[in-house]
Amino acid sequence: MTDVQVPAPTTRKDWQTDQEVRWCPGCGDYGILTAVQMLMPELGVRPENTVFVSGIGCAARFPYYMKTYGMHGIHGRAPAIATGLAMARPDLDIWVVGGDGDLLSIGGNHFIHALRRNVNLTILLFNNMIYGLTKGQYSPTSELGKVTKSTPAGSIDAPFNPVSVALGAGATFVARTHDMDRKHMMEVMRRAHDHKGAAVVEIFQNCNVFNDGAWDTLVTRDNRPDMLIDLRHGEPIRFGADNEKGVVMGSDGAPRIVEVADVGEDAILVHDEQRSGPGLAFMLSHLASGVDMPTPVGVFRAVETTEYASASKSQLTAAQERSGAGDLSALLHSLPTWEV
Amino acid sequence: MTDVQTRPGESDGAEPLDHVVIRFAGDSGDGMQLTGERFTSASAIFGNDLATLPDFPAEIRAPAGTVFGVSAFQVQISDHDVTTPGDAPSVLVAMNPAALRSELAKLEPAGTVILNSDAFDDRNLAKAGYAFDPRDDGTLNGYKVIEVPMTDLTKKAVEGTGVKPRDAERSKNFFALGLISWMYTRPLEPTLDYIKERFGRNEMVHQANVRALQAGHAFGETAELEAQRFTIAPAAQDKGVYTSINGNTAMAWGMVAATVQAKLPAFLGSYPITPASDILHELSKHKSFGITTLQAEDEIAAACSAVGAAFGGALAFTTTSGPGVALKGETMGLAVSLELPLVIIDIQRGGPSTGLPTKTEAADLLMAMYGRHSEAPLPIIAPHSPSSCFHAAIEASRIALKYRTPVIVLSDGYLANGSEPWLIPDVSTLPDISTEFATTTNHVDAETGEAVHWPYVRDPETLAREWAIPGTPGLMHRIGGIEKEDGSGNISYTPENHAHMVATRAAKVAAIAKDIPAAPVTGDVDGADLLVLGWGSTWGAIVSAVDRVRAKGHRVAHCHLTHVNPFPSNLADVLRSYPKVLVPEMNSGQLSRLVRAEFLVDAKPLSKVQGQPFTAAEVVDGIMNLLGGN
Repeated sequence: MTDVQVPAPTTRKDWQTDQEVRWCPGCGDYGILTAVQMLMPELGVRPENTVFVSGIGCAARFPYYMKTYGMHGIHGRAPAIATGLAMARPDLDIWVVGGDGDLLSIGGNHFIHALRRNVNLTILLFNNMIYGLTKGQYSPTSELGKVTKSTPAGSIDAPFNPVSVALGAGATFVARTHDMDRKHMMEVMRRAHDHKGAAVVEIFQNCNVFNDGAWDTLVTRDNRPDMLIDLRHGEPIRFGADNEKGVVMGSDGAPRIVEVADVGEDAILVHDEQRSGPGLAFMLSHLASGVDMPTPVGVFRAVETTEYASASKSQLTAAQERSGAGDLSALLHSLPTWEV
Repeated sequence: MTDVQTRPGESDGAEPLDHVVIRFAGDSGDGMQLTGERFTSASAIFGNDLATLPDFPAEIRAPAGTVFGVSAFQVQISDHDVTTPGDAPSVLVAMNPAALRSELAKLEPAGTVILNSDAFDDRNLAKAGYAFDPRDDGTLNGYKVIEVPMTDLTKKAVEGTGVKPRDAERSKNFFALGLISWMYTRPLEPTLDYIKERFGRNEMVHQANVRALQAGHAFGETAELEAQRFTIAPAAQDKGVYTSINGNTAMAWGMVAATVQAKLPAFLGSYPITPASDILHELSKHKSFGITTLQAEDEIAAACSAVGAAFGGALAFTTTSGPGVALKGETMGLAVSLELPLVIIDIQRGGPSTGLPTKTEAADLLMAMYGRHSEAPLPIIAPHSPSSCFHAAIEASRIALKYRTPVIVLSDGYLANGSEPWLIPDVSTLPDISTEFATTTNHVDAETGEAVHWPYVRDPETLAREWAIPGTPGLMHRIGGIEKEDGSGNISYTPENHAHMVATRAAKVAAIAKDIPAAPVTGDVDGADLLVLGWGSTWGAIVSAVDRVRAKGHRVAHCHLTHVNPFPSNLADVLRSYPKVLVPEMNSGQLSRLVRAEFLVDAKPLSKVQGQPFTAAEVVDGIMNLLGGN
């Protein structure tokens, strides 16, 4: 964001409110909150120019804990509220925080439209694959067969892959991280914040009450090397304790995981987050179809294109440059008139 | 073809009339709305008072020749003040058999029917459901019938312009307009100006329409219709500059005026819906006033984006019709809880569900009052005529800004599309509705000694909270739909606090009664036997009806509400001043329920839910019935 004056440095404390944090003890949200509060001073932005907007759900309590401007809205509508705010105030630094139910179920429509418009929002999507605040129903990211209070015989709904949904909606920045790795979270969130346009960060987040350990196969310290594929722009896509595994593009057009030794280093797919089409990023988002498969994290896509609120503002400015500031009396006389 | 020059007042012995009601009717694609609008515009510029009623189907191009595809436009022009488009037309222009079949019953006895005889072929007669040609079977007995081969004459008139024969007949609405303009001694110049502006870029079409118009005008003379020629003198009007305006344009301009008078940037979030979309179209043109518009992905996003813009310090609007208000309900509840300014404009239409999208109704009043979850009161403003939509938008914005509350404006399809001459106000007379953003902290934390902003600190007079917008250093705060402690705004589930907040939100809205004009009473203010209580677009029919019954010697008063919630503080006294109260409404009795519940008066509803506005005669009947026929 562009602050006119050089912002005074802030500390983590400048971004913390006095409100008692009310998430369940052990919730993954704490780690995300810490990451965000630690990141903000590093971004060189000011609390008064920052707004956190949320919908409803556990994640949506987030704004109350940030000493910025904030709005806790209604279920699913945070991207729509934030779109209006961004259009009215393109000078602000606006973050949207929501869970998988909030942003992908009841708010799915607003989510995709904010992305395709490319509104300058940093959207943090806390994905715990469950409804927490309503106490344990399956969510739009819950796996097939998931047994919950509302699916005693197992879920028969195919889950959304949030990164695929975002890419399909034309998102210009899409990334994924997880709540167990603060450094990675901060790095990805910094990139998302600096992106001019809509930026989505899916965060694997543990709900220790209703879906405890749902991401463990991927995110525990022991599992990470073999199960998380850290995407880095311009670098071959490799992972494993000794970087011994990699991703290649098959002659059938599908990416697959191989032993680097088997195919040679030159055969490994080089990650290109700036590729104009989303196709490759989409394929990578589908590399894993469950938490038992190696899963890419990091920045899938980061391309620059016209940002919505500034484009809207440009039209206003252009109109004023063309015809001057509006003249109300002239407007009222703009249809045929007659004098009595 | 000679140029036809007409001058107002040059009437060749035409018979003077004090008013006329004309109904143009044809296929949806025949251009009847355009014809009616042009006739209206020429009459307005000539100086008549007038009121219009566009009446068209929801289908864009219904199958040609069918009764359900008929599009009509009724206008009353007069040499005196009129408030309605007239009860029964005295002239019907029917461009095809379907138009005749659908509209003939509305014509007054012995009225004049002008037919496009070229359209009365077997195929069109069959499509209209006529077993026999109505021109020959006695259907038209008792009417003055003028048959004109409009299609053929139009084709001949446009020969040589280069327009293809099958396109040539598309100009026949201008032929009809030319003929009617001759019959009612309307000047052609405003129409010629319009044709030039609208079609000037295509010289062929421009010329075709001009020639059709002139041919229609000339036809009146050559066909010896002298006995059918009339004048309607200009009406006595207040001095000033006038324009002809419909309700949606007036509403949009009122929103622009509110933007200017509030000295704020404005934001409109809207989703296309009949009959409200024209407001979005109009506002989208006025970016130079600092107005941002968003065609949102749905009705909910339209309202939510407006709430977001309001949080950012914009004068925020969302425009829609009844189905959209239903979808926005939760967001309106949020705005009530956030106590942010928001203007919700509902152009009501027939319902429920899709109902009658292009037809009028005023049945959203109870939804506006109560149609939200929990206790979520908000003010309601209802314009009474097309031009009054301008002031309604400003007044709604004033209240929203001053009291930090969502406000609903209830217009309807009749006001939205109907037009009337409007004495353009001097913009220097418009109210200043500006408000101030908070710039300083308003609380010192007892523990830390830190100066902070408490979002729910209220003005003791208005109970409005401070509006601190993002970007203001030191005033960072969080608000939300979750219940909060008054003052601090911190989340609070305390029983006493919730009761206090519910009562405070209600008291804030109720107290607006002190800040609005008393409800005006007209007619026999003292000693009337009956009061007609109205709101919204029934005004015109009620005014005409009350005039008529008073002219017959009955003592009747009329009170019309612009502020429907809260009620003006004198309303209780007004209602109790008269032995009988009649409430005409385009619903099944909604205001009558409200006043019965609020004031324990025996207010009788007079309902009409046909997708059509009241005629004055219907209100006269209602009054006479309640008076007991005396």
